[in-house]
Formats: sequence, structure tokens, C-alpha cells
Amino acid sequence: MASLLELKHVSQSYTAHEVLHDLSFTLEKGEIGCLLGPSGCGKTTVLRAIAGFEPITGGEIVLNGARVSAPGFILPAEQRRIGMVFQDYALFPHLNVAANVGFGLRSLSRAERTRRVDELLHTVGLAGSGRAYPHELSGGQQQRVALARALAPRPSLLLMDEPFSNLDVALRERLSLEVRDILKQQGATAIIVTHDQHEAFALADVIGVMHAGEIQQWDSAYNLYHQPVNRFVADFVGQGVLLHGTVLNANQVEIELGILNGVIPPGCGATGCAECNKGCSIDVLLRPDDIIHDDTSPMLARVEHKAFRGADILYTLRLPGGGRVLSLVPSHHNHAIGEKIGIRLAVDHVVTFPLLTSEPAAR
Amino acid sequence: MFAASLVALLTLVPIAVVLSSLLTPEREIWAHLLAFQLPQLVANTVWLMLGVGLGVAILGVSLAWLTAVCEFPGRRVFAWALLLPLAIPAYVTAFVAIGLLDFTGPLQTLAREWWGPIKFPSIRSRGGVIAVMTLALYPYVYLIARNAFLTQGKRALEVAQSLGLSPSAGFFRVALPMARPWIVGGVLLALMETLADFGTVAVFNYDTFTTAIYKAWFSLFSLQAASQLASLLIVLVLVVLLVEQQTRSRMRYSQVGKSSAQRRIQLRGARAWLAAGFCLLVLALGFIVPILQLLLWAKQVGTADLDSRYLGFFWHSFTLAALAALLVTSAALLLSYSARQRPGLTTRLMARIATLGYALPGTVLAVGIFIPVAWLDNRLMTAGWTQTPLLQGTLVVMLLAYLVRFLAVGHNPIDSQMQRITRNVDEAARSLGVHGAGLIARVHLPMLRGGLFTAAALVFMDVMKEMPITLMTRPFGWDTLAIRVFEMTSEGEWERAALPALALVLVGLAPVILVTRQTETH
Repeated sequence: MASLLELKHVSQSYTAHEVLHDLSFTLEKGEIGCLLGPSGCGKTTVLRAIAGFEPITGGEIVLNGARVSAPGFILPAEQRRIGMVFQDYALFPHLNVAANVGFGLRSLSRAERTRRVDELLHTVGLAGSGRAYPHELSGGQQQRVALARALAPRPSLLLMDEPFSNLDVALRERLSLEVRDILKQQGATAIIVTHDQHEAFALADVIGVMHAGEIQQWDSAYNLYHQPVNRFVADFVGQGVLLHGTVLNANQVEIELGILNGVIPPGCGATGCAECNKGCSIDVLLRPDDIIHDDTSPMLARVEHKAFRGADILYTLRLPGGGRVLSLVPSHHNHAIGEKIGIRLAVDHVVTFPLLTSEPAAR
Repeated sequence: MFAASLVALLTLVPIAVVLSSLLTPEREIWAHLLAFQLPQLVANTVWLMLGVGLGVAILGVSLAWLTAVCEFPGRRVFAWALLLPLAIPAYVTAFVAIGLLDFTGPLQTLAREWWGPIKFPSIRSRGGVIAVMTLALYPYVYLIARNAFLTQGKRALEVAQSLGLSPSAGFFRVALPMARPWIVGGVLLALMETLADFGTVAVFNYDTFTTAIYKAWFSLFSLQAASQLASLLIVLVLVVLLVEQQTRSRMRYSQVGKSSAQRRIQLRGARAWLAAGFCLLVLALGFIVPILQLLLWAKQVGTADLDSRYLGFFWHSFTLAALAALLVTSAALLLSYSARQRPGLTTRLMARIATLGYALPGTVLAVGIFIPVAWLDNRLMTAGWTQTPLLQGTLVVMLLAYLVRFLAVGHNPIDSQMQRITRNVDEAARSLGVHGAGLIARVHLPMLRGGLFTAAALVFMDVMKEMPITLMTRPFGWDTLAIRVFEMTSEGEWERAALPALALVLVGLAPVILVTRQTETH
């Protein structure tokens, strides 16, 4: 069966300035996808192109097997059956909550409409608030109304543009888990746009990291973190440092902390590692969970910074050779700045990048 | 886009027509004007602008400062009550003042009975006009200066105090300079009203350009002389307008800290009572006394004057105001909508031009619209389309003039609501399958309802009070309440002008209450 949504080599450019470049991905029915990237990377433009609010200048967008966007062709947004939740919610201020949710249900009979509205208000936890007006609701409640309104006509695809950015942090985390449950319960296929990776991790089945109008990697959250395909993804998703290493053979690389075993080439990059065999220098990505604190380890590092996070502490450690690493340590291991603590390596996924020519020797 | 251009053109035509007569001076008329009229007109106008400008600035700023920043007995009531004089058309305050204070008026008569013959300064003087217009127009400055003080004055004043300035030094060195663009803007608005005023100066027989235009046209039957005078007035108005638009661009909120939760300056003892007394005096002179006097006169005349003609006055006033409200609201909606559909420099410019009309005095507009209409009628007749003039002396001329004059009044509330309909609102509706006419009917119009109503109500009330356009372009027999006031006051029958004047005040109260409610919630 064909995918629900397919973007094939989509590009878009305003005069001379290319906003989207050769963008491709597919989304299966029932999947929740996410476009993650810094502001200005073009992720909202992708969303608006899928919705039918923006034309594209290259490639095509296929929805339910039918072409909906291509250069010079655009199926009007109102005919796409795509629901949309806006960053500012865009609730209709002159209608109450029930009328907002029922806005797109004109084709149903009055009784059916009422039933669908009640059902959705119940789902989003706002049963009984149908008579309230948008301005009487809190930000989180408005967000739920916007979601219910978009879900009401049972759209084949739901698009959410930075849906939680106007909410405070605590509410953001709770609501993103809640929204995932609601979407899964409704069997909805959805794409969420966000710049917040925690939101993306909480919500999405599959995430596309975007940068400069291109999708860098379209993958699961786990793979984005543990197998980033390039420096941008490694840097944008999660924390970590790069240490210089020397390739020993196809399966081993040596860094200051020891020898890592793993398949070297994949992360090594298409061009940089062709002739990189024994003795060549590369960068190795070390995540905070790759470095384990162990009092018995002979390898010592000096504590340079510490950030207390409740359950654990994120230490910034200086190695004897001058390199710097991060380590996530359970918080009862409370060490003072300047103290030397024992560490050891626990790397499951070796991720390497070719050296940048302009990069200084050690970071 | 087309609609916007049409509306903009409608404003440009009278301006162009009147200005063009400046380029084609008629030697005889100018000789006559220069010899007999102009020196007097210019002197009168300049004095009036200086006097009223200074008067409204002093009254408006001092009252705004007291009610916005200080605390004294009655401050809460004065804060909104001081706007009430806006409800009385200036020409009504004018005839009440003359009726009360003239040689034959009750006050002078009473004084002579008590103390024998005394010489009072005459109310029918330059000082009298200035005093009356100041009392009628100070609310413009008061409202705008008070907002400025409320939003940015007090916290800045606290900063000044913490740096060692006394409250009065803080007023002159911090609050007043910060509020200056607003104050200047308010004064300029009042000056535009002064230049446009016809009724007040007519009551006082104080000749300015507006009355001169009227007399040239309707007493000397010289439309050329009228348009020559109008061209001079319009130059003056455009200068004031230019300065006003300049200051408006400088009105930016440079708020110092948050404006909430500051303590007012507590006035005590004699100073508190002085402040309250000052506010009460202005309120009494500007509102309470005129209203009481009008009621008294109306009671004296009683129902004797209230014959079937009044039904006609009411009906004409109502019909005109309602038609104008409908016309202006529709035009303003079109203008705002086309600006939204096609945002850009051109449409913004169109809207800017189309709403310039609020600065044009009614007398100028009457001339500027009548001339092209008469020309059109002549063309139609020579072409053999009609035997008699088709447009002259019909409501069309009048309504067009109202449209130009009051478009800004209707445009502002509609446009500010239009801003609330964001692109996302449109797209939300479209993603739910609603577009085109359905979008307009189910989303746009309901969201604009409040603005449309406000626009219609404000225009309705302004047209009710309007005097010169109505006077100069009304079809035969179309006498309104304002015309009745004009006719009775030109004959010095103050008592008989009271009844229609009261009706106008009653209508005028509604928008003032609307504004005060907004100030209250501030």
C-alpha cells in the first residue's frame, strides 16, 4: 500500500533565495512525524506547503496517492482534508468552544455534530467547557480546543506548527505526552513542527532534522541521538563533545581515553574517509552517557563545571591530555570543582566524522 | 483595489478643485478680498488659533495631569466627567454663553438691578470666542495627554524622584517632555476643528474663512469668491495636517517600566480643594451650566414651539445620519478589506488619502464637491441627456460630502478590528473546508461586527451635529435639527434654539460615554 504522505524532491524558492532544497520523506498512515530544526530552517514552510498554503517550485507532494502540489499546480487547502493547529491557535474569537470545534462539521446533521463535538471535548479533557469563549480559557486549554477543532472533521493528516511554544515549560511536557495519546487514540496521522527536541522525542515516531532548507536525517529519535549522520545533527540533537582520534583499522579507533571498537566508516562521511585507513585522524562523538564515573578506574579527570539536575549531575571534565568530555553521573556522587574523579568509557555506538579543515585542534 | 482608488479619488477631487482655483486667481475678486476682507479674516483666524491653541493646551494638560497622576476628592468622577463637554457641539456652548452673558442676558440684568449700571467686557468679542472654543475643544488634548501620562508618565516620575527631583520639577523635566508629541497632536486636532468650525464663529459674528466662504456663496452669490477663499483655507489646513502627521509618527510608546501599581501623588489640604475646585469650574462652564440653561430655556418655550415641523427636523436629521452612516461604513469596510486583500504601499497610500477628509472643513468640502457636480450637470444638459440639473440640489451631493468628511471616523474602528483577523484565522477556516463567501459570512463579518457598529454609530452622531455641509448643500426643505439651531441663533432666539440643541446633545452623549468607558477600563 502506498504511503499516506509522500514528498518527492520538493523545493521552493522565492526570487533567487531557495527556502527548501530537494526535500523528500514519506509518512505512513497512523504515524506521527516531526520536523525538528532551529528557527529559519524552513520547517514551517514545509508544513504550509503540505497544507496547501504555499506553492512549491520543484518536486511534488502526494497525499493519499493523489498529487496535490507540483510546480504550477496547487490543490486548494480547503479541498485537502488536512487539519491544522496553528502556533497562535487562531481560534475564532466570536465563537464559543463548541462552535469552534464544530466549525468544520457543516455537512453533519445537528445531532451528529453535537455528538462529535462532545466526544472531542471529552477526549481533550474539556467536557463541559463548550459554552466558554476562547478568551476565557488558559493557554493550555486554548491549545486543546485548537487540537479538537482540527481533529473534528477527521482529517486524513493533521499538521501542528510549534503547537506548544506559547505554553510554559512544565505544561509543555505534560501536554505533549497527552497530545500523543490523543492522536494515537484517534488514529490520526500527524506532522509536528518544533525547535524543541524534547517535544519531538515525546511526540514523534519519526523525526526529520532540518537545516538550511534540507532534511539532514529522517530517522527515529534513538538513531538521531546515537547514529547522527553529520555534525549538524550530532550537535543539534542531545549533548556531546568531539574528541580527536586515530584510526587503527576498519573496526577500531584510538582516543585519549582508550580504544573504541565499532564499525568506523559509516559515520566517517562520504568523501572524507575514502582513504582513511590506519593512522588517519578523525573526530569521535562522545555523549555524556558514554562516559561513566567509576571510583575504581585508574583513568582520572578533573571536574571543571558541574550542573546539578536533580537525579543526576552533568559534569564537564578535563582530561590529563587537555581534551574535555561530558559525563552524566547519578547525583549522590557529589564532587567539588577541581577534584579528580575516575572515569571509564562505555561506548555502544561509535560515531566518527572527518576532521574539519578549519577546525582548531582540540575543542 | 478599484474600490479603494475610487474612494481615494473622491477625497482628492474636492481638494484638487479648490486648490486649482488658487492657480486661476480672479483679479477683481482678489482686489475686493484684499481691500475689504482678507486683513480682517487673517487677523481673526490667527488670533483664534493662537488663543484656542494656548487655551486647550493649558486646560487639557493641567486637567490630564491632575486626574492621571494626582489624588484629590472627586478625582475618579472628574476623570471621565471632564470629557462630557465633547457631547455639546461648540456652536451650542456658544449661543448659551451669549444668551447668558450678553447685555440683555440674565446675569448682566441681575447685576444692574443689584449694583446699578456697570460696564462688563462684552462676550461678543475675540476673547469670548476663544473662551467658548477652548471650553468646547480642550477634551481633545485632555484625552490624549491623559493617556500619555497614564501609560508612561508615572513610573518615569518615580525614577525622577529617586534621582532627587521634586514632583513639580519631575513634571516639567520628565513627564511633560515625554508626553509632548501627544500633547502637540491633541492641540493640532483641536486647531483643525477650530479652522473647520463654522457654527461657533457664526453665532459670534466673528468672521473667519468659513463664514466668509458661506457669505460669499449665499449672500453675494459668488461661487468663485467662495472657492478663492476656500483655497486659502485649505492651504492653512494642509499645513496643520502636515505637522499633525509628522508628530503622529513620533508618537511611540517608550514606556519606562511597567505602568501598573504606582502610587498617585496625594494632594492635601488647600491644594486638594484647589484641584477639585479647578476641575469643577471647568466642568461647570463647559457642561453643567450650558445644559441647565438649555433645559431652562426649553422649559420656558415649553411645547409651544414643538409643532409638526419638528417631526420634519427629526426625520431629516435621522434619515441623513442613517444614510451617511450606511454609506460611510460600507466605504470604510471596502477600503479596509481591499487593503487586507492586497497589502502594500499602494493600498496603504490609498487609505491614507481617502481618510484625509477629516481635516477638510465642511465649507471647503461643500464648495469642492458642488463645483464638479455642477460641471457634470452642465455637461449632461449640453449633451442633451437631461433638461434639468440631475445632481445639484439632491441628497447625492450632501452624502458625498459627508462621506469624504467622515470616512476616517468610520475607517478607524473597522480597520483596527480588521487587524485581528490574522492570516492564521483565514487559514484555519480554509483547512476546515470553509472559504470564499462562507469565510466572509462565518468568520470575517462576525469578527468585524463590533467595529462596524462603532463606525456606524460614530458617523451617525457626527452627521447629526454637522452644520456647514448640511447648510450649504441641503436640498430645498431639508431642514435638520442643526439647521434649526443655526436659524434660531442667527435671529438671536436663544430660547427657541434650546430644544433642537438639547436633542443634539443627547445624541452626542452616546459616543462620549463610549469613550469614557474605554478610559475607565484603562
